[in-house]
Amino acid sequence: MDNILDIQDLHTFFYTPEGTAKAVNGVSLSLKPGEILGLVGESGCGKSVTNLSVLRLISDPPGKIVSGKISLDGQDLLQLPKRDMRKIRGDRISMIFQEPMISLNPAYTIGNQLMEALLTHRKISRAEAVNRVVEMLQMVEIPSAEKRLKDYPHHLSGGMRQRVMIAEAMLLRPQVLLADEPTTALDVTIQAQVLELMYKLTEEFDTAIILVTHNLGIVAESAQRVAVMYTGRVIEEAPVKDLFESPRHPYTNGLLRSVPVPDQNRPAGREPLYEIEGIVPNLFDLPSGCSFHPRCSRIKDICRHEQPPEVEVGTNHMARCWLYA
Amino acid sequence: MFMRKIYKNKLGLAGFIVILAFAMLALAAPWVSTHDPLKADVMNWKAPPSMDHFFGTDEYGRDIFSRVIHGTRISMYISFLSVLIATFFGVSIGAISGFYGGWIDNIIMRFMDAVMSFPAILLAIGIMAVMGGSIYNVTIALGFVYIPRFARIIRGSALSLRQKEFVEASLALGSSDFTIIFRHILPNCMAPLIVQITLSLAYAILAETGLSFLGLGAPPPAPSWGNILSDARNLMLDAPWMTVFPGIAITMCVLGFNLLGDALRDILDPRLK
Repeated sequence: MDNILDIQDLHTFFYTPEGTAKAVNGVSLSLKPGEILGLVGESGCGKSVTNLSVLRLISDPPGKIVSGKISLDGQDLLQLPKRDMRKIRGDRISMIFQEPMISLNPAYTIGNQLMEALLTHRKISRAEAVNRVVEMLQMVEIPSAEKRLKDYPHHLSGGMRQRVMIAEAMLLRPQVLLADEPTTALDVTIQAQVLELMYKLTEEFDTAIILVTHNLGIVAESAQRVAVMYTGRVIEEAPVKDLFESPRHPYTNGLLRSVPVPDQNRPAGREPLYEIEGIVPNLFDLPSGCSFHPRCSRIKDICRHEQPPEVEVGTNHMARCWLYA
Repeated sequence: MFMRKIYKNKLGLAGFIVILAFAMLALAAPWVSTHDPLKADVMNWKAPPSMDHFFGTDEYGRDIFSRVIHGTRISMYISFLSVLIATFFGVSIGAISGFYGGWIDNIIMRFMDAVMSFPAILLAIGIMAVMGGSIYNVTIALGFVYIPRFARIIRGSALSLRQKEFVEASLALGSSDFTIIFRHILPNCMAPLIVQITLSLAYAILAETGLSFLGLGAPPPAPSWGNILSDARNLMLDAPWMTVFPGIAITMCVLGFNLLGDALRDILDPRLK
């Protein structure tokens, strides 16, 4: 099947008085219809900026998409006039944000806001719009949906609000859904429900999802493929099983080892959790060569000077590391 | 819910009632007043308050009560209309400035700063001196002078609101700039805006009175509060009723707006809940 979304060599920089922050520095990703791609990495590695670049919502200035190509179903998004781009947002590509608490406007009822999303893109009667909104709210399992239309966001709990956000994002049955840490602000039981719901919807509408998260558990459970980002680059990409069973990049390895594993045989609190040495480098001043080299445990001489190439390390398994070149 | 809150705030309620009373008085002026406010009656000049002339008469024998009532109409008219002008332009300018930011914001706000750097009343005097005295010109001058206050308030709110997630979420849904400004920015600026409108109404009444007193407002013999005071200025000891009654009207009206404005500030400020 053809890719629905293709990101090629995307560079998004932020020009600030302190210098240029290369937030996204050559990212390539692709997505097939109905596929869930996990995008993981530490804070500030460019996950969210990649997503915002796809929708062209990078505020300019200071941000700018410097180069690259983003195509949706063969159509180059970066070349589109603003007006056409607006038609794509929310209709063919939508986004779920991290904070359900503040992603809804406190001044309007949820019914009103969902209707806005629908009527912006579709010329349908209000009655029909109400029907579709109610249908969608039922689909995201909001009880007594019709009554909820008249509720204001502050009447709803966090989990409910996030469901409303999902309903809003899925209302127009987009081809691509960008989910930016959709469950981070929710507690664990609600997280599971919300994720479950998102899978259900992908199956129903064949929507492809980029699931941004720093929670590896969520990725392991839901994504088919995983891309790991570090300082604006994808440093490893693989089918989810391969990545968890045989991570190749030292950074991925470190990430996986830093996940706490409950172990009954181990006395609690004796063994400290593994952590990757050092800190994430400053985006204004990236290290030469491989940007991970100051923290890498398996460093080679070449890592200090030259950018590692993408290396095919298995079937559909890519790693950017000199160990395999 | 709103009415219940204002009901609980006794001072605010008092202010609200006073304003309501003045507004009704302004609307019903021709029916409430006992005499023609412009008709001179020289035989009865400087008459003290009596059953026939509740507030007494002035040096031409005109009935002060009727003049004050009609003055309410003029004052309310000028203050409401000028604040309406200021609100309309101030809100538009502020919303554009705050939403788009960058150089647009810089140019607009520097111009607003320039207007604001003149004391409001002085600028209004200047404008009146150029345009000449008439009720319409007073309204326009005061409206213009108060634009920057509104622009600043809306701009400040817009600047912080456009960073909000729900604005970004709406952009991600494909909303146009127009939709964002009208649906997401302006409704969330309502609280500070309402307070500013109420307080500006009080300022406008004072400013109009001041301008009329200086002879730059509504041209005599129109019975505006400032004009009545201006006429009475030389007779303050002879006929104190000429100053006292319009003075009370001005004080009550301004006090009413201020009490209401303060109460609204308390009610609408989410931090004080």
